[in-house]
Amino acid sequence: MSDLSTDPSVRQIPDRLQSRSARLLQSWELLLLIVAIAIFIANSFASPYFLNAWNLSDATFNFTEKAMIAFAMALLIVSGEIDLSVASIIALASTAMGAAATAGFGTPALVLVGLVTGLLCGAFNGTLVTRLGLPSIVVTIGTMSLFRGISYIVLGDGAYRSYPADFTYFGQGYVFWVISFEFVLFVLFALVYYVLLHRTNFGRAIFAIGNNPTAAQFSGIRVGRVKFTLFLLTGLMSGVAAICLTSRLGSTRPSIGFGWELEVVTMVVLGGISILGGSGSIPGVVIAAFVMGLVTFGLGLLNVPGIVMSIFIGCMLIGVIALPRLWKMWRS
Amino acid sequence: MMTFLKSREAMLGAAILLLLFLIASRFPAFVAPANLVRVFTDTSPLLILALGQTVVILTRCIDLSVAANLALTGMVCAMLNAAMPGLPVAAILLLAVALGAFMGALNGLLVWKLAIPSIVVTLGTMTIFRGIIFLISDGAWVNAHEMSASFTGFPRSTVLGLPVLAWFGLLVAVLVAVMIARTPLGRAFYAVGGNPHAAIYTGIDVGKTQFWAFTLSGALAGLTGYLWVARYAVAYVDIAGGFELEVVAACVIGGISIAGGAGTILGTILGALFLGIVKNALPVVDISPFWQMAISGTAIIVAVTLNVRNARAKGRIILRSAQAEGATA
Repeated sequence: MSDLSTDPSVRQIPDRLQSRSARLLQSWELLLLIVAIAIFIANSFASPYFLNAWNLSDATFNFTEKAMIAFAMALLIVSGEIDLSVASIIALASTAMGAAATAGFGTPALVLVGLVTGLLCGAFNGTLVTRLGLPSIVVTIGTMSLFRGISYIVLGDGAYRSYPADFTYFGQGYVFWVISFEFVLFVLFALVYYVLLHRTNFGRAIFAIGNNPTAAQFSGIRVGRVKFTLFLLTGLMSGVAAICLTSRLGSTRPSIGFGWELEVVTMVVLGGISILGGSGSIPGVVIAAFVMGLVTFGLGLLNVPGIVMSIFIGCMLIGVIALPRLWKMWRS
Repeated sequence: MMTFLKSREAMLGAAILLLLFLIASRFPAFVAPANLVRVFTDTSPLLILALGQTVVILTRCIDLSVAANLALTGMVCAMLNAAMPGLPVAAILLLAVALGAFMGALNGLLVWKLAIPSIVVTLGTMTIFRGIIFLISDGAWVNAHEMSASFTGFPRSTVLGLPVLAWFGLLVAVLVAVMIARTPLGRAFYAVGGNPHAAIYTGIDVGKTQFWAFTLSGALAGLTGYLWVARYAVAYVDIAGGFELEVVAACVIGGISIAGGAGTILGTILGALFLGIVKNALPVVDISPFWQMAISGTAIIVAVTLNVRNARAKGRIILRSAQAEGATA
């Protein structure tokens, strides 16, 4: 992705580090959190139906599946790569599960099929990018057509509907009271990816690669292997999302999850991950997921059509990046 | 001469001829001149958009908002025609280009003045443009019976044996090719993409050049917007949905390097023609149209693999070799 940057002054290293509290006050995450809280308060004033445990629980379905992919995508983007094929992996994994279900396999086998399909797709992307040295944005635009194209070849304008009854738990089940299985999974993955990116050597290597792949290589990091693992993870998470989404919808069409790749990337960028690689944090992505979910849900309660919400998301995406830069320009 | 034969344009041209030959061996009617004209006309919108996208990619940017720009301009043209049937087509054409250029310039300004990565900017404007179509049309369709005969007839009317739509494809291809090869701006597009730092030292304003690339891409998307809506005689929110990726695919298959600064207009033309021929040939050779997506996906991957192989064999990018090694190891 660094090829897309042209501004030589993008990466400046300050000669003095700020204090912890000052850094926190100016941080992206705090800004996002304020936005999220503001949206929450505005929503509860705007609609009497907003502050209801069940409604709020329903609202989480707007973002949990996308956010699970966004966590892995965040790591991938920090490392300087991108995967635009995630939504197509969902389609292919869902198609594979549908075929297996139609052949009479039970729920454990279906889950396995979904995860393995995701892993295989991720391995395919990863091989093309790391072994052949192809730019990931082009490779994944290609596999985006290829994976969903295979779903279209298999299904045409048909659909798979014969899923076993206990398969519905992943997308429709509740762990206790209003806490859905998907939400628990979302929290769990948020913690796993937080630890992975911010508390392990592997995470440190991802940041190093994103900032300077050559230097990372010379400092003994296996750049290709790390990137390959990240593509595998992104494929796996797309498989997990495919299981949840298929279970929630109860059917598979080739158009399942169409356009999600852009929403996932939007979530990651909104969460403060630099699209040029090398910086960002998982808490940012978590808050961004809530912001997008709350906006969609709140406007939905006010009967604003989905497409108008997308204007909001688009403006937010550009606005959150443009405003700090405008502010800096205005001050100098 | 030998270098041309080895170039990727020649390889792609040979692949297209081979494809045509294979189809013709079983379905000779496909290569009849009248049908080839039909295929070219059908490919023209893709070609025009791909030419604009080429210029943007040359400058190391990407424009994902072209399809949404097309749809919004098309909707505005259609609604204007429905409200004022007397408005001449020339005025609508002018408006379409101006409106498209304005939206493109908006992208360009954000990239130039605020230095926001183009992929983020156009991802955002893409959703915003689509949303605006819904706002102005209230989700309703503009149908054929609401459009005037001259509005829908223009792209289909034939001049010298070719439909006007095909003439536009040819005209834009020639204009962009001349601009790229013969003007300082055209040279600047390559300079900015090839080496932005060197471009700055030679006195080229990188951001401004990218701004013009986006404006051009937007203007061409606006032009296609009118042609598209008039040709299919319908306008609604989702027209040309997902078309932006097909446009990028045409460029990549044509050998435009996503890293900027490398590729030719001839390559883009061949890339668009390749996709157009595949799309039109599938129903003829009795393969389900559902195969199209997988085929174009495979074509993209094969094309980009070959492009990288070529670039490596020549050792063209000397300074970036360390980085490339780092990525492949």
